[in-house]
Amino acid sequence: MGKLLGVVLVIIALVSAYPILKNQYPLPEDISTHGHLIDEQLHDTMVEAGISFIGAQLVLAYFVWSFTGRKPGSPLKNFPGGAKVLVIFAFVIVGLEVLALGAFGQKAWASVYFTPAKADSLQIQAQAEQFAFYFRYAGPDGKFGQIHPEKIDEGNQNYFGLDPENDVAARDDIVSGELVVPENREIHLMLHGKDVGHSFYVRELRIQQDFVPGLDLSVHFTATKPGKYEIVCTQLCGLGHYNMKAYLNVMSQADYDNWFKQQSAQ
Amino acid sequence: MSMKHAVMAGAVMLAASAVALAEPAGGTISGKVTYEGTPAKMKPIDMSKEPSCAKMYTTPPVAETVVTGTGNSLADVVVYISAGAPDDAAPSTAAVFTQKGCRYIPHVLAFQVNQELKIVNEDQTSHNIHPLPKLNREWNKSQPPGTPAISEKYDKAEFIPVKCNVHPWMHGNFAVMKNSHYTITGDGGAFTLANLPPGKYTVTAWQESYGDQSQEVTIGGSETKSVNFVFKAKPY
Repeated sequence: MGKLLGVVLVIIALVSAYPILKNQYPLPEDISTHGHLIDEQLHDTMVEAGISFIGAQLVLAYFVWSFTGRKPGSPLKNFPGGAKVLVIFAFVIVGLEVLALGAFGQKAWASVYFTPAKADSLQIQAQAEQFAFYFRYAGPDGKFGQIHPEKIDEGNQNYFGLDPENDVAARDDIVSGELVVPENREIHLMLHGKDVGHSFYVRELRIQQDFVPGLDLSVHFTATKPGKYEIVCTQLCGLGHYNMKAYLNVMSQADYDNWFKQQSAQ
Repeated sequence: MSMKHAVMAGAVMLAASAVALAEPAGGTISGKVTYEGTPAKMKPIDMSKEPSCAKMYTTPPVAETVVTGTGNSLADVVVYISAGAPDDAAPSTAAVFTQKGCRYIPHVLAFQVNQELKIVNEDQTSHNIHPLPKLNREWNKSQPPGTPAISEKYDKAEFIPVKCNVHPWMHGNFAVMKNSHYTITGDGGAFTLANLPPGKYTVTAWQESYGDQSQEVTIGGSETKSVNFVFKAKPY
């Protein structure tokens, strides 16, 4: 009976590994310039964790197979050198593993979070609120208007609290419910939370960043493929969380210029 | 919108004529609400986050905080007797406020104190209606698609902005009235308050962005007095 458990353990290990090895659950398409670093990191993690998993299962199965069926009264068999050596050995192996993943993954993280956006990147402000995203562009003058929380008037489409009456820079600001960006241009997205915690997640961009009320955080990315992608809120933010989404619309530069002109005219 | 307003105006007049059957015919106050200056340009509403609503429009609808018509007329202005008329009992009919295409129809709904207010969701998405009263009790209610109408009442007269907790662009107004002498201007900005017994009245016009204006009118008998309101429009 004990030997059977060893066999079952081997079967479980191999069956679980099969869909991963076959790439049964591929990652969604990557449309960003930095995304391949994340994908490589995920792949490395999967390989290392996978080898460890199968190795551990096989060792477990071997021990179950070899040391099962002890008759009552027969002496206990000990691991050569005792348990202490084994524990230190495992500790060092796992520690090195985690350190290695951190060291190799550092470049994927740093390319997004430790490197500032280029000076010529396109600046867009993203505001998350219950339960929608709004995006603000500086307009033809290239300047963002000031934000005045007391001027927020959603029924009048003033989601950011602009003051066009007194603030000339705010008059041409473009506010859109869709994040429209030109392809192959770096976007510097400044995240502004209006009420509670939210998150900006576009899986094709390999970007997920929380909005924290009171903190203006930023991310930067370059999208490489035109198309419409879903932006979802991945931080439980209240009743309408399930419905909090927007679209990322990546366009050619010419299409983007047209869109920008059209929005400025409104 | 014009059809809606026409229907609403018709309903108000029907209600008024029903009252007229019971009471002796009285005086009438009629006029027009207009603006001077340049009103703010209403921006199109971006509903891309709610595709089931966005697809109901060929061109995106615009905000309705100021609705203008030909000849500088102002629609969606509530014109009512704010003083001089006794409080009326609420009619038995319900005032209906519909959520359709992720907008509130009508944009301004007037009804009386303690009159039944029915809120209907005709959309394929959940709404969360949240009126923001200052004098009445505040509530907000979620209304998934296909659920029955919500029934509510207000026991104090006031103007109440209404928002949807799910769709930030959704905005409307409740005008809770003390008496039955009220109307909402349609596309041409014209209004009529009929069946007023002789007396001295204060007529008030309320526009959600521009505030209110009042005028004193004395009705002697079955006469028609003309009263016009001119609001100063703001470009921003």
